[in-house]
Amino acid sequence: MNPIPVDAIKSTLSDARLQNAIYSSTARLMDKRAHAIAPDAIDDFQGLRTQANAIKRHAIDNLDYYLEQLEQNVIARGGKVVWCRDAGEAIQFVLQLSREKGVKRIVKSKSMTTEEIDLNEHLEHGGIEVVETDLGEYILQLAHEKPYHIVAPALHKTRYDVADIFTETLKVERVEEPEQQTQVARRVLREKFITADLGITGANFLIADSGAIVLVENEGNARLSSSAPRIQIAIAGLEKIIPRAQDLATFLKVLGRSATGQPLTVYTSFLSGPRRPGEIDGPEEFYLVLMDNGRTRLLADEGKRQSLYCIRCGACLNHCPVYRKIGGHNYPWVYSGPIGAIISPQFHGVTQDPWLPFASSLCGACSEVCPVKIDIPQVLLELRADITHAKRKEGAGQWERRAFRLFSYVMRRPRLYEMAAAMASSVFPGSRGAWLRSLPRLLRLPPVMGWLSHRDLPPPPERSFRALWRERQRAKGGN
Amino acid sequence: MSAREEILTRIRASLGRANSTGAPAGLPPSRIVIPDVPLERRIEKFTAALEKLNGKVHRASSRDDARDYVERLLHGRTAVTSNAPFVAECGVLTLPNVKPGGSDPLPLRGMCATLDAGITSADYALSDTGSLVMLSSNEEARMVSLLPPLHVALVPLDRLLTGLDELYSILPVPSDRTSSMVFITGPSRTADIEQILVRGVHGPGEIHVVLV
Ligand code: SF4
Repeated sequence: MNPIPVDAIKSTLSDARLQNAIYSSTARLMDKRAHAIAPDAIDDFQGLRTQANAIKRHAIDNLDYYLEQLEQNVIARGGKVVWCRDAGEAIQFVLQLSREKGVKRIVKSKSMTTEEIDLNEHLEHGGIEVVETDLGEYILQLAHEKPYHIVAPALHKTRYDVADIFTETLKVERVEEPEQQTQVARRVLREKFITADLGITGANFLIADSGAIVLVENEGNARLSSSAPRIQIAIAGLEKIIPRAQDLATFLKVLGRSATGQPLTVYTSFLSGPRRPGEIDGPEEFYLVLMDNGRTRLLADEGKRQSLYCIRCGACLNHCPVYRKIGGHNYPWVYSGPIGAIISPQFHGVTQDPWLPFASSLCGACSEVCPVKIDIPQVLLELRADITHAKRKEGAGQWERRAFRLFSYVMRRPRLYEMAAAMASSVFPGSRGAWLRSLPRLLRLPPVMGWLSHRDLPPPPERSFRALWRERQRAKGGN
Repeated sequence: MSAREEILTRIRASLGRANSTGAPAGLPPSRIVIPDVPLERRIEKFTAALEKLNGKVHRASSRDDARDYVERLLHGRTAVTSNAPFVAECGVLTLPNVKPGGSDPLPLRGMCATLDAGITSADYALSDTGSLVMLSSNEEARMVSLLPPLHVALVPLDRLLTGLDELYSILPVPSDRTSSMVFITGPSRTADIEQILVRGVHGPGEIHVVLV
């Protein structure tokens, strides 16, 4: 059971530069999204969300059928499908194939699924050079850090940080303009693309009726990773499936708009199998890794199954008041923000980071923007119930239960309630703020103390509402 | 049990069924809406969408006009062309410093990596978003529109569709035609450093579409 990372969170909160970076980046993304979904920019955006939700629901409810259909269609187009129960199997497959094919250098385009399994570390351990090629991911790889955001991985880095990282690790002349820095990366990475034997990508969508993967990006690195090396591996969580290519007419319209406010990202690649006879270039071998790694377990819970609809647009992060304060690195896993808060406990077990689903005010901003309409607050509530349940089994939470039992007892008895209220206001009549905290130590029991560390009840008024009401009624009667 | 069998078994157990049940009922119909937009309006929309992204659009009155535009644009810069017949028909190969890319992948890649511009056609263009649709084939290689810093596409007007919906109604299963279909919507870009927009990361930083 991991405790809440209080110190790390405090240091994020007190870092003014970081706070500003998170706040302004997410604000800009929110603003761009708002413009892109306005009625004058697109017809019936809400209808598209409803459709996206209905298709995802259907696809996940019939996952076995669509995965088999996908497999058949990939094979029919000359590709191979590799099923992996967990991270270990996926890593093992890549390592073994690399050895068999004499692969020395791998180029990788941005993929949260490979972050999820720490693929790079394992491959490097196996003596293979792996290069991240998305600019943000490349910066983080050089800095040995994890992505800060699903869509904008290096959101927390300034150009000066980047200048430091580049001069230190690449031994290049220091440049501080993003334009020049991008050119440095282009130069270094171009060389890697041309000489790599294997390209690894993720997949934004898996298309059952076409045996295809879809990659969505702006830089061109996913195109290069999937086209330049002689072998391509796409690694995808098996929930990425949608039934038909025609469904992309819905999903592509909501994904770019929700993520970065783009009607379409610069490049959308629809890839199926290796280069065919007659085609001039493209990989000679194509492998699709379908990874479970906990997803089928999640599938079993009907209420929370919808967590698998996620298309990783990042909109819920940008709109989340908690993410916008604590940032991406204080979440326990590579998936941060609201989506991280609902999938981490389901992948790792609810007791590993029991604080996580409680770190939310349930404001609902996430589900309001989610393009596939996942009811994130509902899933959070269910997770809270699961956690409380698990804790009760361990005998924890007795104080809380007793307190609530007492509370409900008092609340159901008006006389008693009134007495209690009168007592409360007589303790500190007319006091201003922080009144519970100033009560005798007796009340500072562990559960109460935890609750009081960051908040307090407003002080009770001298005369209660009920008393005022009675007076009023009496006065009326007297007229 | 193989990983495949085990995963499928787990899925079925989670979904509460023992065996595969065949094609499922209840798949919502796909949502394809094709508006009727006159050609002139499609051209306007395509131009507006691409120019917003800093791409350039030129409307050529003839193939000769298209060639002249490319000549002015290159202005001495070197270029490699795809094998698309339409590119040759426009006479682009007669221009100085323009080389045919051919069909041999290695020399082609070398040219794409060293020359200034890649000149292609496109299978379709989408007016809603200002996108080019490129299908990999014996006419179009993947690299020509990707490696050079400048991408020029010559597109006959009759390939200008309204948008994604129309494209997916023409190509309901794109992989029946090609191993790779790419939509190109503006120049390659990033905002990974401080959300500052920079063009020309790994793909072309400059894109010109000539509607013929
Ligand atoms: S949960 Fe919804 S809003 Fe959040 S990343 Fe996933 S799809 Fe986007």
